[in-house]
Amino acid sequence: MSVTTRGLDGRPAPGAPRPSTLEPGSLNDRVVKSPVFQQLVRERTGFGLILTGLMLVVYFGFIGLIAFDKELLAVKVGGTASLGLFMGVGVILFAFLLTGLYVVRANTRYDALSAELKRSLGQ
Amino acid sequence: MIRASILLAAILLAGPALAAGPDLGAVQQQATNWPAIGMFMFFVLFTLGITYKAAMGTKSAADFYAAGGGISAGTNSLAIAGDYMSAASFLGISGLVYTSGFDGLIYSTGFLVGWPIVLFLIAERLRNLGKFTFADVASFRLDQTSIRIISATGTLVVVAFYLIAQMVGAGKLIQLLFGLPYLYAVVIVGVLMIVYVAFGGMKATTWVQVIKACLLLGGATFMAGAVLYKYGFNPEKLFASAVATHPKGDAIMAPGGLVSNPIEAISLGVGLMFGTAGLPHILMRFFTVSDAQAARKSVFYATGLIGYFYILTFIIGFGGIALLMSDPTYFKLGPAGAFDKLKDMLGGTNMVAVNLANAVGGPYFLGFISAVAFATILAVVAGLTLAGASAVSHDLYAQVIARGRTTDAREVNLSKIAAVVIGIVAIYLGYVFENQNVAFMVGLAFSVAASCNFPVLAMSILWRGTTTWGALLGGLVGLVSAVTMVVLSKAVWVVTLGHAMAIFPYDNPALFSMPLAFATIYVVSTLDKSRRADRERAAFEAQFVRSETGIGASGAHAH
Repeated sequence: MSVTTRGLDGRPAPGAPRPSTLEPGSLNDRVVKSPVFQQLVRERTGFGLILTGLMLVVYFGFIGLIAFDKELLAVKVGGTASLGLFMGVGVILFAFLLTGLYVVRANTRYDALSAELKRSLGQ
Repeated sequence: MIRASILLAAILLAGPALAAGPDLGAVQQQATNWPAIGMFMFFVLFTLGITYKAAMGTKSAADFYAAGGGISAGTNSLAIAGDYMSAASFLGISGLVYTSGFDGLIYSTGFLVGWPIVLFLIAERLRNLGKFTFADVASFRLDQTSIRIISATGTLVVVAFYLIAQMVGAGKLIQLLFGLPYLYAVVIVGVLMIVYVAFGGMKATTWVQVIKACLLLGGATFMAGAVLYKYGFNPEKLFASAVATHPKGDAIMAPGGLVSNPIEAISLGVGLMFGTAGLPHILMRFFTVSDAQAARKSVFYATGLIGYFYILTFIIGFGGIALLMSDPTYFKLGPAGAFDKLKDMLGGTNMVAVNLANAVGGPYFLGFISAVAFATILAVVAGLTLAGASAVSHDLYAQVIARGRTTDAREVNLSKIAAVVIGIVAIYLGYVFENQNVAFMVGLAFSVAASCNFPVLAMSILWRGTTTWGALLGGLVGLVSAVTMVVLSKAVWVVTLGHAMAIFPYDNPALFSMPLAFATIYVVSTLDKSRRADRERAAFEAQFVRSETGIGASGAHAH
């Protein structure tokens, strides 16, 4: 238990030895070994990385097109508005939608897993 | 009663300005703008009232640094948006759209796309691990002294460059908008930000941001709405009218010269994207909410608000083209009434949004938008000052100098003193840099944030192998390389220092300096075989549990 209660509020003096492994049976040890925790971390980390990757691809794709294919972005869509304009606004909307997607998934799936984990630990 | 006091205050404020007017560059300075000064005074009195109330409620260190952790997700999202939507982005991007059309959108997207990254990788973990500053998080399992020194240095460098850019911008803007001399403007901004931060701490700073964000979003919405109204809410008609009026014609709908070099464009993008995730005054906002859920929601709402704001500035820029370009009253006229549509706008192209306010809403709306622009600068510098003061008191003093043996009260007092000192230094720097080109400084602030703060923070949270030596040297390499590359680039080496050729060929260093920082952290940490490094790697497990679950995190009301 000493590991969890230490944290930032009540930290030992800097340089004091820290435990090299988690105490068997300690809260942290039980958390790390919990299958619910492992699933939560796996799912959330994976999803976060996929969304990060998507954002990078879309944004740097947009920048890449500006740098390498200006003609494509100048193509007219409708009367005056160009494809580039729709893509630029699209990047902004895409960023917002991605954050929304993450929040919806976190509010339902990850919060449920977290609650389950805390229940199983008797918190 | 309130009216009378506003009037009185406005007279007091403007009195010396009028007296000193003629000998301080009467060419640049505009006639004193009474509606704008009146509305700004109302904003100042109102926010000072809030500061007074916040000061009464600020007792503990948690109140001072993190508003007691009791800010709701909605309020925090407005405060984040307020911190992020600077006058530079409002006036600068609408001005860029006015001169180049589509190219303005490149900046808008760059400033926005950092937010998803903040959400997916940083926000919740930051809330779970931290207390007041991002150094709390970075030093969670690493050596307090080393990591707080590098984090505080990164913070102070970012704050300094950002502050100089804002102070100089404020002085120039207020000279134009209110007809006040440069130095008065800089002193007013400096004194007000000291008062907000030193007396009201995070509570006052947060509410100043929220009010400013509402005013700015409301004003921009009205302007964009008024522009679209004139074109029957059909953007296509607005674009057609803009293309017909703009000297570049149809070229404003396509990418122009802003991104001519792909490397430059990508480097700018990297700096904007990851710099957002390393801005200390933004990162601090995640400690003002109660838990990870609230942190997560506030980024989502803030992304929406900021994205909406950038779309508005785009419409405002196009509205400027369509409604102002053919109206000679908004231009300095040459002989025979001739004017250059792109260069001769009254007050320069940064004044597009302000002149447009006059065109769509008359002189009182012009006054309102001018007051909002001033309030915007004031709020941003207050946020920066608080971040800088916290780095000095919470990181450097409490952990490095006093080694944790201090009291909350002493730490907060030192923070207030630091806020006063930072304010005075900012006034001085604003004065010194008056006639310097400071346009590169915001870019430099983002580059340092992306190359020092972000790598140290991300690696310490996400990678088990990170050791103190790795984070310290990596952060240092990122910081030094980003600053050096900017100094050797055209903006400083040629424009400011007067050399013939730039040594570093790009304006934005982040594409090189950020990977260099990450690589240094990785290599040094891997080579670090000390016993301390072993302990730090072993301590990752406990940090990991807390960052992923919030178990053991500091509560909302740590009084």
